[in-house]
Amino acid sequence: MDATDIGLWGVPLAMLGGAIRVSTPFIFVSLGEAITERSGRINLGLEGTLVFGAMSAYAVAVMTGSPWPGLLAAAVAGLCFGLFHGWICKFPKVNDIAIGIAMMLFGTGLGFFFGKPFIQPSAPDLPAIPFGAWSDIPQVQAALNVNVLFLIGAALAVFLWWAFRNTRVGLIVRVVGDSADAARAMGLNPNTVRLLATGAGGALAGIGGAYLSLYYPGSWTERISSGQGLMAVALVIFARWNPLGCFAAALLFGGAGALGPALQSVGVTQGYYLFYAAPYILTLIIMIATSSPSRTLAGAPGELSITK
Amino acid sequence: MTDKFMLSRRDLLKTSAAGAALGLASAAFPIRAARAASATVGFIYVGPKDDYGYNQAHAEGAASLKGIEGISIVEEENVPETIDVQKTMESMINLDGASLIFPTSFGYFDPHMLAMCAKFPDVQFRHCGGMWNKDKHPMNAGSYFGYIGMGQYLNGVVAGHTTKSKKLGFVAAKPIPQVLLNINSFLLGARSVDPAITCQVIFTGEWSLAVKEAEATNALVDQGADVVTCHVDSPKVVVETAAGRGAFVCGYHANQSPLAPEKYLTGAEWNWAKVYKMFVDDLVAGKPLPNFTRGGLADGFVKMSPLGPAVSEAARKQFDATLAEMTKGGFSVIKGPLKSNKGIVVATADQAFVETAIELESMDYLVEGVVGSTA
Repeated sequence: MDATDIGLWGVPLAMLGGAIRVSTPFIFVSLGEAITERSGRINLGLEGTLVFGAMSAYAVAVMTGSPWPGLLAAAVAGLCFGLFHGWICKFPKVNDIAIGIAMMLFGTGLGFFFGKPFIQPSAPDLPAIPFGAWSDIPQVQAALNVNVLFLIGAALAVFLWWAFRNTRVGLIVRVVGDSADAARAMGLNPNTVRLLATGAGGALAGIGGAYLSLYYPGSWTERISSGQGLMAVALVIFARWNPLGCFAAALLFGGAGALGPALQSVGVTQGYYLFYAAPYILTLIIMIATSSPSRTLAGAPGELSITK
Repeated sequence: MTDKFMLSRRDLLKTSAAGAALGLASAAFPIRAARAASATVGFIYVGPKDDYGYNQAHAEGAASLKGIEGISIVEEENVPETIDVQKTMESMINLDGASLIFPTSFGYFDPHMLAMCAKFPDVQFRHCGGMWNKDKHPMNAGSYFGYIGMGQYLNGVVAGHTTKSKKLGFVAAKPIPQVLLNINSFLLGARSVDPAITCQVIFTGEWSLAVKEAEATNALVDQGADVVTCHVDSPKVVVETAAGRGAFVCGYHANQSPLAPEKYLTGAEWNWAKVYKMFVDDLVAGKPLPNFTRGGLADGFVKMSPLGPAVSEAARKQFDATLAEMTKGGFSVIKGPLKSNKGIVVATADQAFVETAIELESMDYLVEGVVGSTA
């Protein structure tokens, strides 16, 4: 047996590595959506923002030769998409879910349109930090090659969790999300708060897109997202609007998604469609186990159109 | 009322399109046709036409027609295998005057292309795949397809010389006969170099899932595979991920060497330019188009990417020798004695299946040496 044969250890290692590699876009999109939903709006358009963010990051990185301007471009593009959504939704009788779906189609379409010339060229990748350098096993090194965005996402989750509880801004967002009347009584303008919250959510989703195109899988194609933006929006409900929960749920989805390929690679080849469904089955089980007919979802912002 | 109006407008368009097609067909003299006829050929792709993969291979074939006098090309990409493709075909016929249409994706055939064949009997439709059957389907429809298994065999020959771990990796989409034949051919090519080589296959379950393909590639490399190839719609992600992890890659569908110039060994590519040229030449000459066309490496339907810098001299020699033998025709990749990886005999010692053999089209096994399962 040579030194690189890790056998069955490949499965937990792949799940760890997969959790770190795959989860980052989920983390950013779900944290962004958590901010938006805590303010009382739902932005389903984040799938479109993710795709457009991936495209703009890749395009700018190709043109400037550096990934950082690309990351910035993705965040700014996401911010614009978010602000646009927030601005339209401030008009009376506008349904935020319908606008979200429109924005999703708009974002993907616009991304495809401007992204055409950038499918072929190669862009520089975002840097990763080799936390696995202590090990001489190449698989461990590869799994622990952690991208800076993952670390930023983790820090952001803790920060948001703290900020929602302990800061003035966090309290304002929550009050607007729980009762617009109470917020108005306090002299706050719910529309302005929601506009900014949706903008911030969009910017984070744009960064998630930049991770897709600039790090993992690391190229711009029109199929890059395959619905991850929508999944991340669902993760927020799964995580009960708690930023730490979003982070954990994203890790869970990343790890569970790596399970199917990893099991096949060690020779467990029967029923791989079932393994691929693992994250969704897990979600269903947790949702059913924690739901109750006698009360609304714990932690749900009162102003959300789906829980009102 | 509205219905009546719609119907008459559609009929009007249909008649004018038919008139145009008839005018073309009645051009009896080839020379006159070549000079005067202007035919429009439509191409429909299921994905982006520059995906470094299946669609790019077709788009390169379409692009090769652009120099031909009197032929204009209309293309539409990202057309789903739904009623959308019917709308695309109608608009190509009614608005662009297309007289020959190539819907290039498998799922376009039934019912979408067949519906259009019935509606526009004067327009010719040729579908990429092997589904046309003269007893069941109209004569203005047809199929063309290539046998690319021997290309994967040649990939395997080069991979067999290059691998040090004696483990190869294959990222596959779905366990359908054509994919299974590619996996088996890849391994058998490698085993022609060293019978101890194994090939690990991972099915992603979909034709295009970037993140899962990247995960699958990482899992293969983690398990020691040092040459990776694939059968997915766009090999870009697999090629870049494998090369990024230091593994060598063999390409598929189109030439992916620009993505990993140092790590790219060779690749099995479609040569649709040859096939499309053939159809269009017949169209220009006013000859009836063939309904059923198939070919492989020997017929020029399939070609190999130029060998990369990492290919050894021994590999190059065996590659050239095998290629020469294949070009002569009659080469069999699947030949006895051969067992499946479940121990079932799939070919006895006196059996050999050439690439056109009907038995290969219902392949449901992975040969001995492939680690993986079809379900």
